Amino acid sequence: MIFVRSLHPVSGEDVAEKMKLEQVRQILNAEVITGENLLSREATMGCGADLMSDVLAYGKPGSLLLTGLTNQQVVRTAEMADLVAICFVRGKRPDAETVKMAKSHGLPLLWTKVPMFESCGRLYKHGLVGVSEYGE
Amino acid sequence: MPFTKVQELVYEMKVNEVMTRSVITVDARTPMSQLREVFRDKKISGTPVVQDGKLVGIISLEDFIKWLYGREQNSVIETKMTKEVETLYDDEPLVHAVSKFDRLGFGRFAVIERQTGRLVGVITKGDIIAGVLKKLEIDYHEEEIHRYRASHIFEDIVADRTTLVFEYDVIGQDFDRGGESSSRLKRTLKRLGLDPVTVRRVAIATYEAEMNLIVFTEGGKIVARVEPGRVTMEVDDSGPGIADVEKALQPGYSTAPQWVRDLGFGAGMGLNNIQKCADHMDIVSAPGKGTHLKISILTGDEREAGRDS
Repeated sequence: MIFVRSLHPVSGEDVAEKMKLEQVRQILNAEVITGENLLSREATMGCGADLMSDVLAYGKPGSLLLTGLTNQQVVRTAEMADLVAICFVRGKRPDAETVKMAKSHGLPLLWTKVPMFESCGRLYKHGLVGVSEYGE
Repeated sequence: MPFTKVQELVYEMKVNEVMTRSVITVDARTPMSQLREVFRDKKISGTPVVQDGKLVGIISLEDFIKWLYGREQNSVIETKMTKEVETLYDDEPLVHAVSKFDRLGFGRFAVIERQTGRLVGVITKGDIIAGVLKKLEIDYHEEEIHRYRASHIFEDIVADRTTLVFEYDVIGQDFDRGGESSSRLKRTLKRLGLDPVTVRRVAIATYEAEMNLIVFTEGGKIVARVEPGRVTMEVDDSGPGIADVEKALQPGYSTAPQWVRDLGFGAGMGLNNIQKCADHMDIVSAPGKGTHLKISILTGDEREAGRDS
């Protein structure tokens, strides 16, 4: 019998589950575009959006952003809102300029072929919480 | 002998800061033959053994090899494991762990929570090295920020009140460079040593304002004033202006063209986002004349003292 247990407290008031980017990469079968050396960074929550204004309004520092948008404003948004990393979903890849900008800000970028809904679902199932569940 | 940074950390940091929390355990009654899959699949070389939820031993790859070499019958883990389990408490300093590894020569220790006696993790030498390195990296990063910190400027300047003013020019329709001014302002405020919550609010509010300049106008200017207790941004352009300011403030109201929406903006949330970040916001606009937007954000201490909105 093998038990793989996560020993983090999961009840609401306690510290929420953190997820290393390396875990995100495995769960979403993702590839790393930039920031290979930063995969030990932890996301405290996840946020899925294609509208950057929503990310700016509701995203919290320490969030991982899942998005189908690939322009430079996505990286800018992550920079302004203190996000830990971006994962592009449903097989979209950013252009060279966007990657360059992320690299210069030390922001890891990943991409996965998994669509948005499933990406969010898989990470949530593995214990990554959403922004509304994460205490201040 | 002076202490090195690493030595200091080994005394400062606790076992629970570096241990692995996702613990793979095996039941005491599991047959030895099954260990092969456990070790291979989980890429580990040893694991705690539990019975009825309690830690009863530790089984390692070495134990497994010994068992294989002995060509014995398939027996349960219980009979081959190390029973005198040496454990560490989760709140012990790392230096205890280091000396225990040294003294006993084990590859791993189970970590127990002091109050409850529960198994909460496993620690290896590798965990200690990784944990200390990570901490060193963070400390180094913080030191770097500190070195750049220009916050002393407020102490060095002799005046009753000091205000620093930063100006940024924004070119209209230049979507690719959108956010450049906000990015530069954010970096500047960080170096001035402003608290991270304030810096983030200023950055988000300025970014939304900057995107408005780029999307709707021929360009404009952002002037940020930093004084003790608050940051104020004034964003000005010379047209086209907003016909109905009240309407523009409603969430979801937007006159942005489709291409802007395709880029992830223009959903009518910009001014609301600014309002959300700001302690005070003023907007004056007339069609054909341009828009004047003033955003005030209080810094940490002042915000605690009471918001004015």
